[in-house]
Amino acid sequence: MKNLDSVLAAYLAGWAIFFVYYVTIARRMATLRDEIERLKDSLNRGK
Amino acid sequence: MVKTVFGAAILFVMIVVTAYLAFHYAPIEKTMGVIQKIFYLHLPSAFSSFVALGVCFYANLRYVFTREAKWDWLGVSAAEVGLAFISVVLISGPIWAHPVWGIWWTWDARLTLTFVLWLLYMAYLLLRSMLEDPDKRALFSALFGIFAFLDVPLVYFSIRWWRTQHPQPVILGGPGSGLDPRMRVSYLLVWAAFTGLLVLLIDARYKLEAMRAGVEELRREAEVR
Repeated sequence: MKNLDSVLAAYLAGWAIFFVYYVTIARRMATLRDEIERLKDSLNRGK
Repeated sequence: MVKTVFGAAILFVMIVVTAYLAFHYAPIEKTMGVIQKIFYLHLPSAFSSFVALGVCFYANLRYVFTREAKWDWLGVSAAEVGLAFISVVLISGPIWAHPVWGIWWTWDARLTLTFVLWLLYMAYLLLRSMLEDPDKRALFSALFGIFAFLDVPLVYFSIRWWRTQHPQPVILGGPGSGLDPRMRVSYLLVWAAFTGLLVLLIDARYKLEAMRAGVEELRREAEVR
């Protein structure tokens, strides 16, 4: 089928953007979770 | 972690369902052929970006009047998610245009205003990254976000107000416009899936912003001690 490669490229690019964006949110959350644990530990040690 | 995996699983199911609807259920358009299938990615992304930026606009207004942090969190979350959807629009559009128009891009009103919209919300996020004081950051970005939203109706009405290279509207386009019933059903279901994706992404991004505010508070507490 003519232009099927363009259609697949568009869908792959589109879904890649959403997937990568979702992964970056999850990674930023994991980093913040670690930071919260670290700060809570240091605050508890200071008590 | 479980929620992340669950979210990714939902995303995967959406990809499969939308691919089935776009490629198997909806008929092939007679004039353009298979390249028209990009429509099922391009148009729901555009509408979803308008919804996200509408949420951002509402949250920005609420922040200016109430100064409650939750509206700032919602504003930045919706802006970032809206930017992701506009990026999909700006990538899928030229991939469709090249075989149909013979060019990747033209500076017509719809395309130019959409690109300006992308730049405006990039500027919104850059502005936030440059301001360290949380209150100033929230207020200035809310004011800028209200200004940036003015481009959304311009993008939407551009193909109605001016002669553009971009195709005329097929949804709510008035007499002579419209879709084949199977195309319409496919489009509406894909749009429903994209709305689910929009909610999933804004919810995840909002939780991230709330966590970031919590970290900033803990840091301040640690500095005081």
